[in-house]
Amino acid sequence: MRTSHPRLPRRLAIAGLALLALPALEVGAASTGRVLVGNEKSNTITVLVNDEVVQTIDTCARPRGMHFSAERTEFYVGCADDSVIAIYEVATLKLLRRIRNVEEPETFDLHPNGRHLYVSNEEDATATVYDVLSGELLGEFDTGEEPEGVQVTRDGRLVFVASEAANMVHVIDTGRGEVIKDILVDTRPRRFALTPDERELWVSAELAGMVNIIDTQTLELVGDVRFLPTGFRPEQVTPVDVLITRDGKRAYVALGRANHVAVVDVAARKVLEYILVGRRAWGLALTHDEGKLYVANGLSDDISIIDTRSLRVLKSVPVGRVPYGILVDDH
Amino acid sequence: MTIERGLIARAGLLAVLAVLAHAAAGAPGGEFVFAYLQRAGDDYYAAHRSYTGLTLRDRHRPLAGVAVALRESRVTGRALGLEFRLIERELARDEAAGAAVEALLAQGARALVLDLPREEVAALARDFAGRALLLFNVRHTDDALRAADCSPVLFHTLPSLAMLSDALAQFLASKNWREVLVLAGGTPADLATSKAFRHAARKFGLRVNSVREFELGNDPRRRDLNNVALLTAEADYDVVYLADTAGEFGRYVPFDTQRPRPVVGSEGLTASAWHWTWERHGAPQLNQRFDRLAGRRMHDSDFAAWLAVRVVVDSIARTRSTGVAAIARYLRSGETTFDTYLGAPGSFRPWDNQLRLPVLLHTHNAVIARAPLSGFLHRDNELDTLGADRPESACRLAG
Repeated sequence: MRTSHPRLPRRLAIAGLALLALPALEVGAASTGRVLVGNEKSNTITVLVNDEVVQTIDTCARPRGMHFSAERTEFYVGCADDSVIAIYEVATLKLLRRIRNVEEPETFDLHPNGRHLYVSNEEDATATVYDVLSGELLGEFDTGEEPEGVQVTRDGRLVFVASEAANMVHVIDTGRGEVIKDILVDTRPRRFALTPDERELWVSAELAGMVNIIDTQTLELVGDVRFLPTGFRPEQVTPVDVLITRDGKRAYVALGRANHVAVVDVAARKVLEYILVGRRAWGLALTHDEGKLYVANGLSDDISIIDTRSLRVLKSVPVGRVPYGILVDDH
Repeated sequence: MTIERGLIARAGLLAVLAVLAHAAAGAPGGEFVFAYLQRAGDDYYAAHRSYTGLTLRDRHRPLAGVAVALRESRVTGRALGLEFRLIERELARDEAAGAAVEALLAQGARALVLDLPREEVAALARDFAGRALLLFNVRHTDDALRAADCSPVLFHTLPSLAMLSDALAQFLASKNWREVLVLAGGTPADLATSKAFRHAARKFGLRVNSVREFELGNDPRRRDLNNVALLTAEADYDVVYLADTAGEFGRYVPFDTQRPRPVVGSEGLTASAWHWTWERHGAPQLNQRFDRLAGRRMHDSDFAAWLAVRVVVDSIARTRSTGVAAIARYLRSGETTFDTYLGAPGSFRPWDNQLRLPVLLHTHNAVIARAPLSGFLHRDNELDTLGADRPESACRLAG
């Protein structure tokens, strides 16, 4: 791995060096306080500390899904155009190893055993399971075309995989090693969030401009939340990433081409607020205290940083080309 | 044929990955049959050679689009407990299409993708107007097929010529390139294309300063018609619009104009349903799926054929019915959000059964813009700024 940053403006690079030289950052001892943003088109990861860009590292071709390891000492990057999952050390940002021959990985989720990574293989209409230590392929499941979001339940019993092109959520029973149900949802399902009690699975339907809610007991659709910020047409509302807070009260939904993030009352299934961000907001990440929300804006090559108390954008920071996934290493 | 080989190879792989069948509650079960109808010796597919070793136009049958969509639908079939089957039927040169459609209906086919000449599509649409079947036009942009010759059983998943022309006119208006010089060939297709553009120009406030007919040749006595520099002289214009469906003359127009002005239409910036460089809304995945199966790039008719199958499969999944009436009602309901991979939810215009589609404006290797362009507003759906809107349409399928 090379660690140059050719696209980083000189001014930012210097500011970054200065920040790196500071010994005391406002974070706990165990974490680096870094925010990592994967840039799908510049094949880089932008590193921010205290919401300033301090470094840009070259990564693999078309980085997309990113996920921490169970102990948060490593992170995984799905490299779609290299068919590789790259594994980095959080503390040093060094490439540790690669899982090779993973057909166009898009996103993934880690089983609570900390070993099994469930991966959506976008070009191959499959979901695969890899051992993150050995890199061994453990299993493969047939999905619809363009599988995208992956969500494992806390008990590790079920894995949900969204298929964008088939408009379905596939339910994998990990014990039986089988797809036990295909749930038809609205057009172009993308990402998931589970409520903390895991009774509800929220899935964004990008082209239908809504979030579908699935009852995880019956595996049936039980409701939707529709979005329409003022001044937008329904066809411009293309939700992608969904997050639900740890207390289960609030959800954040990135609305894509509608250039807003929706704040939703989870119990009431009502939109509380729309926050204007950059163009085509899609990737989301919260800080551990849930005080700040990071939003990747795919068409304006920047991230928006939202104060979740005031629901205002604190600042936007230019990153690489087509920022996609965000990780926050703050606990 | 490579498609069949590819499908068989993939089917073998699927068998290895086979997952248990589990029909969802209320699923229709059984099978749904598509048919693909083409004619042997169709001139449309004759290689168009401009000179030894030079082929300007190499058309491919859109069957590959159907094959890709059917392959994508297998998991939907798994969930519905339904098998999607395709009958491919090639008519002999002099065989009547109507009898063949009757035979296909008897074999269970309910959705027919028509790869036939325009007049045959119009005749089938007229003759089978009251019957329980769905016909899909995936090849003709012709506006009359959506107007005087429209039919309740004929659906269009390819944009009309009016939609393509409006897209280009919107682009020119948004750039404020309002003064246009039109160069058109003399074939009926060239004249229809030029006429559609001039209509679009009026609609979006462009000024066509001059319309000039070109002629392919080197005769110095006809140089005012065959010399690009002379053809583009003595006029003031921001942009040259070119209508040359054969492409032999047109390829020499860019960079040979008298004034330094861009060329749009048949060369330069072109309006299409689909392009291999479109990279948003899942397009790279679709392009790669198509390329893997067909071994070539996806063109407009492939895309339209792919869409025809996809909208029917989606309708069956949503309505939980394989009945033609239920599918047709859903297709025309206006409540659909079909995924066209162009970034706007797809629905059919109830007045003429035209699928609402954005249009791509592209050069040979990049998509420059997607119409409708920002700022072109419509009271109902901005996609209806492209092509025949309800008040203008001569077709009255909806009440």
